[in-house]
Amino acid sequence: MKLDRKVNINSDIPTASMPDIIFMLLIFFMVTTVLREYSGLDIELPKAKRIQKLKSKRHTAHIWLSKQGQISIEDKLIRSENIRHIMYSKRAADPQLTVSIKADKSARMGLVSDIHTELRKADALMLNYSSKTSIE
Amino acid sequence: MSKKRRFKGGEIPTSSMADIAFLLLIFFLVTTTIDIDKGLGIILPAEGEELEIKKTNILNCLINSQGNVLLGGDPIALKDVNKEIRRRLAENNKLIISVKAHEKTKYGDYVSLIDQLKRANATRISIADAE
Repeated sequence: MKLDRKVNINSDIPTASMPDIIFMLLIFFMVTTVLREYSGLDIELPKAKRIQKLKSKRHTAHIWLSKQGQISIEDKLIRSENIRHIMYSKRAADPQLTVSIKADKSARMGLVSDIHTELRKADALMLNYSSKTSIE
Repeated sequence: MSKKRRFKGGEIPTSSMADIAFLLLIFFLVTTTIDIDKGLGIILPAEGEELEIKKTNILNCLINSQGNVLLGGDPIALKDVNKEIRRRLAENNKLIISVKAHEKTKYGDYVSLIDQLKRANATRISIADAE
């Protein structure tokens, strides 16, 4: 009785479709990453502990406020009275809009308060005070 | 003189294709900066939405230009605000904390005050206009 059968299984992983898989991954990452659109102003963010992540970058608008009191949206310096027009159109285009205020830690509250008023006028009510994690 | 050479099918070598694609993938992974925006979330009241609130349910929290905090009329150190608010919220869970900042207050001080309130799990925070 001969039980000596030769097992001949091809044990190679097929590599022919490997480039396709990798390319797909590449394209996936390229599509999902949002590049930084605006450079903003030179600021030093305040520190806080109880911070939360912003839900999505696509639903975020930034307002930059520098130490000197300059206000910038999308790399354009604007006056505080004009925030409402910009924010109103943004808010109309995206109801889920969250406004992220990136203000310098030594900026004055008077201006921040002006921004609050403008945002209320523009009906953009979801706000986020951008801050860094404080380590203690 | 026969110079007829048969063309034996030109093929692009595909064996290194995977390596090239990997290289591209890694390049993009490394060069994309993922900076997640973090911060203190707050929701502003809508325009013209002013509610009458009982005086007992309001706790005024004032912060001046030097960063000194006045909580309900008494001066308090910024780092103690958290505990004090916690205590007061335990007494009255309907408490609304009204934060009022001076025009010249530093934004950093204001953010640390809001952070203190958030850490005390205060959900009802009202922001009054700077004076």
